[in-house]
Amino acid sequence: MSARSAAERSPAVANERPVSTDERTESTWRTLRRGLALSPELKTGLAGTIGLALVYMVGRVAVPVAVQRGIDHGIVGGLNLDVVTLTVIATAAVLVVTTTCGYLMMRRLFTVSETALAGVRTRAFRHVHDLSMLHQQSERRGSLVSRVTSDVDQITQFLQWGGVILIVNLGQLVVTTVVMLAYSWQLTLVVLAAFAPAVLVIRLLQRRLAGAYGLVRQRMGTLLGTIGESVVGAPVIRAYGIAGRTARRLDAAIEGQRQAQQKAIRISIIGSSVGELAAGLALAGVVVVGVNLGVDRTLSIGQLTAFLFLVTLFIQPVQIATEVLNEAQNAIAGWRRVLDVLDVAPDVADPGRQGRELPPGPLDIRFAGVTFAYPGGPPVLHDVTLEIPAKSRVAVVGETGSGKTTFAKLLTRLMDPTEGEVLLSGVSLRQVRFDSLRSRVVMVPQDGFLFDATVGENVRFARPELTDAQLTAAFSELGLADWLDGLPAGLDTPVGERGEALSVGERQLVALARAYVADPDLLVLDEATSAVDPATEVRLQRTLDAVTRGRTTLAIAHRLSTAQAADEVIVVDRGRIVQRGPHEELLRDPDSVYALLYASWLEQTR
Amino acid sequence: MLGRAIREQPRIFAVAVTGSVLFGLMVIASAYVVGGVVGKVVVPAIARGSVAGGTLALAAAALFGISVLRVVGIFGRRLGAGYMQYRLQAAYRRRVTRRYLDLPLAWHHRNATGTLLSNANSDVEAAWYPIAPLPFAVGTLVMLVGAVVSLFLTDWALALVGLAVFPALFALNVVYSRRMAPRQARAQRLRAEVSGIAHESFDGALVVKTMGREAQETERFGARAGELRDALIAVGRLRGVFDPMLETLPSLGTLAVLVVGAVRLRQGAITVTELVSVAFLFTVLAFPVRAIGWVLAELPRSVAGWDRVRRVLDATGEMPYGQTTLDPATPAPATLAFHDVHFGYEPAEAHLPGTEVLGEVTFTVPAGRTVALVGPTGAGKSTIASLAVRLVDPRAGTVTLDGVDVRELTAASLASTVALVAQVPFVFDDTVRANIALDRPGIGDEEVWAALRLAEADGFVAALPDGLDTMVGERGTSLSGGQRQRLTLARALAGRPRLLVLDDATSAVDPRVEAAILAGLRAPADRPSSGPERRQAAPASILVVAYRRATIALADEVIYVEHGRVIARGRHTELLAAVPGYADLVTAYEQAEQEREQTRPYEEVTPLTSGLEVEVDR
Repeated sequence: MSARSAAERSPAVANERPVSTDERTESTWRTLRRGLALSPELKTGLAGTIGLALVYMVGRVAVPVAVQRGIDHGIVGGLNLDVVTLTVIATAAVLVVTTTCGYLMMRRLFTVSETALAGVRTRAFRHVHDLSMLHQQSERRGSLVSRVTSDVDQITQFLQWGGVILIVNLGQLVVTTVVMLAYSWQLTLVVLAAFAPAVLVIRLLQRRLAGAYGLVRQRMGTLLGTIGESVVGAPVIRAYGIAGRTARRLDAAIEGQRQAQQKAIRISIIGSSVGELAAGLALAGVVVVGVNLGVDRTLSIGQLTAFLFLVTLFIQPVQIATEVLNEAQNAIAGWRRVLDVLDVAPDVADPGRQGRELPPGPLDIRFAGVTFAYPGGPPVLHDVTLEIPAKSRVAVVGETGSGKTTFAKLLTRLMDPTEGEVLLSGVSLRQVRFDSLRSRVVMVPQDGFLFDATVGENVRFARPELTDAQLTAAFSELGLADWLDGLPAGLDTPVGERGEALSVGERQLVALARAYVADPDLLVLDEATSAVDPATEVRLQRTLDAVTRGRTTLAIAHRLSTAQAADEVIVVDRGRIVQRGPHEELLRDPDSVYALLYASWLEQTR
Repeated sequence: MLGRAIREQPRIFAVAVTGSVLFGLMVIASAYVVGGVVGKVVVPAIARGSVAGGTLALAAAALFGISVLRVVGIFGRRLGAGYMQYRLQAAYRRRVTRRYLDLPLAWHHRNATGTLLSNANSDVEAAWYPIAPLPFAVGTLVMLVGAVVSLFLTDWALALVGLAVFPALFALNVVYSRRMAPRQARAQRLRAEVSGIAHESFDGALVVKTMGREAQETERFGARAGELRDALIAVGRLRGVFDPMLETLPSLGTLAVLVVGAVRLRQGAITVTELVSVAFLFTVLAFPVRAIGWVLAELPRSVAGWDRVRRVLDATGEMPYGQTTLDPATPAPATLAFHDVHFGYEPAEAHLPGTEVLGEVTFTVPAGRTVALVGPTGAGKSTIASLAVRLVDPRAGTVTLDGVDVRELTAASLASTVALVAQVPFVFDDTVRANIALDRPGIGDEEVWAALRLAEADGFVAALPDGLDTMVGERGTSLSGGQRQRLTLARALAGRPRLLVLDDATSAVDPRVEAAILAGLRAPADRPSSGPERRQAAPASILVVAYRRATIALADEVIYVEHGRVIARGRHTELLAAVPGYADLVTAYEQAEQEREQTRPYEEVTPLTSGLEVEVDR
């Protein structure tokens, strides 16, 4: 009956996650309880809304009742127009009331649920930012985004369409049954007996249907991935002449998804057919039993007729339930995923009000017996003890995988050490309030990520109160006035999505300016200049000199030109500090790790 | 568009429509059978006080029989409609993705990845979305006409009630859809914006975190989420107004039938049978007529989707391949030549509109030689690399391989002659083996391993849990940048190209490893220590985009480009002496170091300062 069945609506907001077993381990009720506990506002005025819904449902059975009363008292056994007219007017009045209640019910429901879900959405968004960097990176970025987008959308879309249908139809089922019982318990039994096998079959199908839709989503994910590859990998596909291979892969994914959809719709149709047959069976049964009851005078003609109407009211919810329940499962699965994200306790937490502020002035650094291991992995730093005086500039060098970037992540408290402590001016980082930490310690990450805004807006990211004049002055102090003047619209030049309107080197300039205006006391630089030409890199280096002046600076150096410019170089090898000292001093031992690294660097650049 | 759908899938559409019409007719029939059963069986039986077994059985059989026919109708309609929709979706996904493969890279540059993804996915889906309910709509229309006709056949007065109610229901539906469409569109737009903010904010999570801007980002997100909430509430309120009204209207119709019917009954114009039939008819017709509204509501979305799909299907500018093959009997290095090549991006591309990116570019990579392409960021080096393997065509001038214009070569011949290793490595979500072999003929495991060895990638691949069968994950996320680069390098080498184009393809590889790879690439034959597999990649000409001195040192010749022009060419030492721009670029580190050297004495005599100020103030 449902022209808008779930299969036909097929997931517009494709859920890329295949149904995994963990999605089914938690019961629907538990999810609902968790959800309600998290959004208590959902319960606001719930009793009133349910009351309105119940009144609204009465409208559904008003007509059969009117038909019964009209036939029994006004038509059969002496025509009485007044009775018919009165019945009709009374029923019409009831309908006006129930319709109004329907409106009020939906209005309340939508207002409350959308408000609550918008709250959940925003809270989940904040929570994702509060998660540690490790956790953020262990999830696929797209899946984090879908927690606050398509998953929540799925719930609101369900509530707006399927949810109302489900509530109203379940209510209709109840109200219809009550009215049927009031007329004749025998006929009610007949109807229930006719539907019982159908309900059993539909329940069985429901499980298979859930599996079938799971497969549809999974295949959809594969399809999206394959299409994505063919779009992003277009240059490779052309350069290697593998359009044929790609087309075959695409066709297989497209066909696989179609097969899954067709399987799902077949099961869904069987479900509605069973419901329809049950309705036919019920009608026939009602007529046979009803006539016999009528002959025995236990049932009037009007009541029997009303029953025939009521049977059709009974069948609708049963049929719609097959479709809507499936959507409900999707919505609940979405809700569960959102709740699961909210349930993850941030493993690097802000001490909040109990926390301390960093002491004013330039910061010194102390690593006290710091060991760090990624979850489930071997230690990448072993028992590191290190002191760096305030205002000094230190470069950390080492081969890829030596553990050098771990220093930066520990120092900015993106991660906490497994053992030991990191202290800034004597205060353990774990005790420092995030607002104090973030305003005093700033890191320039490897990729100079920019937001899709103007150069100016990106630079004042951490200090929105800065004026254009102050920003321009900052650029001049960094020796970047020429560069800024060369931009089409100066500070107002849009940088494009992820800053892609600028070159990689320019993006780094903006990221450095952003760090500079944040005016930190400790600057952590994780440079990535592999895609920049040497001349640009040297220019960046000069900018860096200006940025780091007078601050404590720790630079993770991928190019040794940075190390040469530092006051002191710390050489890391396999998670341990093996050398430290100024560049020249470290070179004195020709067999040292640093000397070897430097030789290799020279080989490349000379 | 709907016509096109019917033309493409006529048989299945016929099945669906037949099913739907059958269903519609059975709905009407069921009303009359119910009426008949009440009037002819129930009333007489109860009046008589005795049951006529035969008639009753017949009535029951009729009711059940109609149900069976309805089921047949539903089966035909939903199965037919669903299959039709899915087939059309699949067919158009195939067509759209074929276009992606056929259209030139220049076209890809003009379109955002996200747009192309949704063109093939949600736009195709939206375009064919109304197809599924179409047979249903046709069936409902037949049902409505049938109902009105049957009403007139029954009684004109009751028919007039029907004529008042059903068009009103339909009109209400149309008004509903019309008013809903802009609200839905607004909600959809806001949904996309909310998603955009989430994407950007999570992409920049590290910046947000390290600058402590979580609260401001949440505020930014929350504001848009709030707008979305308001839009959704607006949608919901409209729904709240119309949904109950749409439901009540047919009920009011049934009530009107009762009154009018009673009057007509008194006049003797109709029977109880007919009265019950008509009342029942109103009840069962209500749902399908409402469902039509849902179809109408989806139409604007569908039209928009179809327009976007059409834009892809109608896009022109194929880059046809030629007929010439270039496959000599014995593989020998190829000669690449650029003759007065000009190149500019078309307007609306991601770069400055219409600007000439390359001009008057002429150079040759002689067979078996290694030529380095050097120039500052943005000089056009990657564009030259793309032109060399014909990812794009020049605006003017020619690119030739062994003297043949690359535009005259067949796709297969071109692909087997040249190989490009791009700056950003692209890895398929497949096994290591598939990523290197790419199903190209003649590349077995032995060749794959040989290529991996040459790319210095055999070590880490052998250490992977499943070796060559290891899945590398979406975009190769399970590998490091350097590993991905080496994998794509191996992919190029496995095809044993006669010309290898390396576009800064070793930037993420550790210096020592890079040196080893380059040495292996450059002179595989004259390395006595190398095994026979080392020689498999030779002989090839190499065009290499480079910054690093080590890379440049391996080249026989250097071409120096600036602003899309070849400024100079010659040996490294010659250019170093003769071309200041080149010297500045290549010796930037040394110069910087010299500057530092000059500042050192100051640092040493004034140990109290950190030395930074001195250096900067120089």
